[in-house]
Amino acid sequence: MSALTVRPAVDFRSTALWRGVVGVLVAVVLWEVSTQLDEWVGVAVPFLAALPAPSEVAADFGELVLTPGYWSSWSLSLQRVALGFGCALVLGGGLGLLMASRPLLRQTFFPVLETLRPIPPLAWVPLAIIFWPTAELSIAFVTFLGAFFPIVLNTVGGSDEIDRRYLLAARSMGANKRVIFRRVILPATLPSLVTGAAVGMGITWEVVVAAELISGGGQGDGDGGLGFLVWNAYQGGDLPRVVVAMVSLGIAGYVASALVRRLGDHFMPWKKVSS
Amino acid sequence: MTGGHLVLDQVGKVYGTGTGTGTVVAVEDCSLEITPGELHVILGPSGCGKSTLLNAVAGFTAITSGSVELDGRRLCGPELPMASPGADRVVVFQDSTLFPWRTVTENLAYGPEVQGRQRRRAARETALERLAAAGLSDIADRYPGELSTGMQRRAEILRALCNEPAVLLLDEPFRGMDALSRAAMHEALLETHARSGVTVLFITHDVEEAVFLGTHVSVMTTRPGRIKTTITVDLPRPRSLDIVTEPHFRSLVGEVSEAVRAEARRAFEAGEKEMVG
Repeated sequence: MSALTVRPAVDFRSTALWRGVVGVLVAVVLWEVSTQLDEWVGVAVPFLAALPAPSEVAADFGELVLTPGYWSSWSLSLQRVALGFGCALVLGGGLGLLMASRPLLRQTFFPVLETLRPIPPLAWVPLAIIFWPTAELSIAFVTFLGAFFPIVLNTVGGSDEIDRRYLLAARSMGANKRVIFRRVILPATLPSLVTGAAVGMGITWEVVVAAELISGGGQGDGDGGLGFLVWNAYQGGDLPRVVVAMVSLGIAGYVASALVRRLGDHFMPWKKVSS
Repeated sequence: MTGGHLVLDQVGKVYGTGTGTGTVVAVEDCSLEITPGELHVILGPSGCGKSTLLNAVAGFTAITSGSVELDGRRLCGPELPMASPGADRVVVFQDSTLFPWRTVTENLAYGPEVQGRQRRRAARETALERLAAAGLSDIADRYPGELSTGMQRRAEILRALCNEPAVLLLDEPFRGMDALSRAAMHEALLETHARSGVTVLFITHDVEEAVFLGTHVSVMTTRPGRIKTTITVDLPRPRSLDIVTEPHFRSLVGEVSEAVRAEARRAFEAGEKEMVG
């Protein structure tokens, strides 16, 4: 095994981290100022003045985190994302690698994929509803589509860029086709697969929210997911809550993408050292 | 693996046959015998077909006439134009093909592992021993991306040797390196060659490199590529960089230069691009 240094989850000595913290604080202060400016000096900042102040949002946030409904919204959205993304990773990665190693498959099916790719996942909603017996599965399916295409296409694209000399070198050292797939094509394609997964994860969150809005979710705050939380709050005229739900989505998406990158780093230790 | 008796018999390679758009004779009537333990350099200007010869031996390109035999075994010939690549003839290219996703040790262990010759652990132990013998233990756990070009080259030559090839095929491995690094690489290669006794086929267009490294230097003509002459380099081994100023070295360089100069001029005037594939 290689001597991998274990990186702490968060390095508090990192200047980049502290700069990031400062950036967030500055953004919050600017937000506070722009919502209060009308009251203080009588000048309304366009657009932003309509926002609820961070203090209001924070207060609502504090209230909301105590309700079980908020957490089940998180859990529902997470489950949908996990199911859709998980399937996309397995099927998309698998299909991508299969096409990477078999030119016949690739040449045959690539045009089909390229035609399906530009269709926005939300355009699949009517079919998704027909395909699947429950709204839950329909949402997961649309979410799946959001991540599936970037993963497949990135994987195939990455395999196209494998340096041919790696294959020659492997053959010259006596590797057969199976070994070349497992020990050259697979690791050489992994970086593009991870890039595809990171892109796919971002799209997954966009899609899940939209799908939740369309499906109408459940009856209350607790059973519709974070996307539904936004919609429900808006319909109830509760602007601070709309922002709370939006911030929650931001955090969820950020954490999910960071997780994908972390996993990528874990499986590609060589990437860290050469960059 | 021992042996390393490589015989090229009237090898020819014509590009573009069958397409009707004209043909190019890249290599013609090349005969060459390399005996075990030689470090045989093929020297010629760019585009003379020296890489074609190496690729034919490696099994990366088909020949159109002649035959190649290694230790009495026919690699390619009229009945089988393209040899199949094998670990008995490992190639080191001009640019690194160390797998970036494997540490140096894992790279060295690759061949023995995939050939099923050694188990994973044993292969890695052997790799570590080889690294230690070459004084490269420090880089055992590093990834190729962390290493200098020179280190990468040395690791890659060691990786090739881990396959215990009958003949090591080096295709301008030090091209593009700066002069100081090259000199260090040359000494390292000579030392490795002396230690392993492996037969080496070395391709270059650099006269001094050819004379300094080679036990024999074969000069190739340009298109069609033929072996013009083979010069035995009767300089003592082990060689050190000090010999490059000695009169005998200079006179050998002069002799080889003269043979290759006319070819270089012809290649330059023809201005053709090197054929690949």
